Amino acid sequence: MSAERRIIPIEPAGSPGKSAAFEYISTRKDELIGWARKFSIFPYPFVTACCAMEFMAVSSTPYDTDRFGAALPRFSPRQSDLLMVVGTVTHKQAPILLKVWEQMCEPKWVMAFGVCATSGGFYQNYAAVPGIDRILPVDVYIPGCPPRPEMVIDGIMQLQDKIARQKHVIVTKDF
Amino acid sequence: MKSSAEVFDRIASRLSDREGEVAVSHGILVANLAPGGVLAAARLLRDELGFDVFLDVTAVDWPGQDPRFEVVWHFYSTSHKVRVRVKTRVPESNPSVPSLTPLYGSAAFMERECHEMYGIGFEGNADLRPLLLYEGFVGHPLRKDYPKEREQPLVAYRPGFELGERG
Repeated sequence: MSAERRIIPIEPAGSPGKSAAFEYISTRKDELIGWARKFSIFPYPFVTACCAMEFMAVSSTPYDTDRFGAALPRFSPRQSDLLMVVGTVTHKQAPILLKVWEQMCEPKWVMAFGVCATSGGFYQNYAAVPGIDRILPVDVYIPGCPPRPEMVIDGIMQLQDKIARQKHVIVTKDF
Repeated sequence: MKSSAEVFDRIASRLSDREGEVAVSHGILVANLAPGGVLAAARLLRDELGFDVFLDVTAVDWPGQDPRFEVVWHFYSTSHKVRVRVKTRVPESNPSVPSLTPLYGSAAFMERECHEMYGIGFEGNADLRPLLLYEGFVGHPLRKDYPKEREQPLVAYRPGFELGERG
């Protein structure tokens, strides 16, 4: 904990000052930035195969990735920061995946959703890329064919931890 | 409507005029013909026997046998509601059969797929570009001598990852 630890006042609306349930929480600015960033993931679903069904299941009401701030898919790579590769990627499709990834702005993260994106799965043949980490860096691997929604949520939470630990460029000495 | 046995008898009598053998196997009439007789047989099936649907053309690789490749066509008749299978054998040195695109337009894509996967040539099909594979792919992946896990990636792998050839 740094010596320059500062306190951020929280004032609930309608009751300024005294009568709130709590008046202050204390945190560090970089932790606050990390907390804010980890709940504003904008995924780009690069959906190629049957794992899409599981992606839809985990996105919708019973499991609800919106609880983790990761519900709103952006269908433009330029507006997204999480590339979710959902399904098998073939060698013929690999240039397209790489182009999508290159179009995304930094900072960006990649999730390999399902065993095919992770390692090729049972497609060990001429057609399939045996793991998308061969062509682009992957942050979170979610195995399973398809993965259970709990596994996807666990992957999202691990990615959230990773994002929260990262230091954003705006957090400088003078921030 | 005639029973399929009657229809098969009629087709078999017409096809057996040609070189080859005709038999019923598992409810499908199977005609083994010479490569040169396929186009005429397909024309007979389409124009005179009512086989209006071209279902499929594919190939079978029999390694060690000569002729090595077997090309298989399937036809369906919506009026008789029966299927006919036409087979022929072609050698590895000249794996070439006539194209059925003059008779069935839907043959074009299936012949492209069979060409890229097995290396079968279809004389008369002017467009045999890769359909499911990509330009630059070397070899025919469904031939039995293609190494099972040989990769031909279009994107260079990142450092630390080696190209697999575990076949």
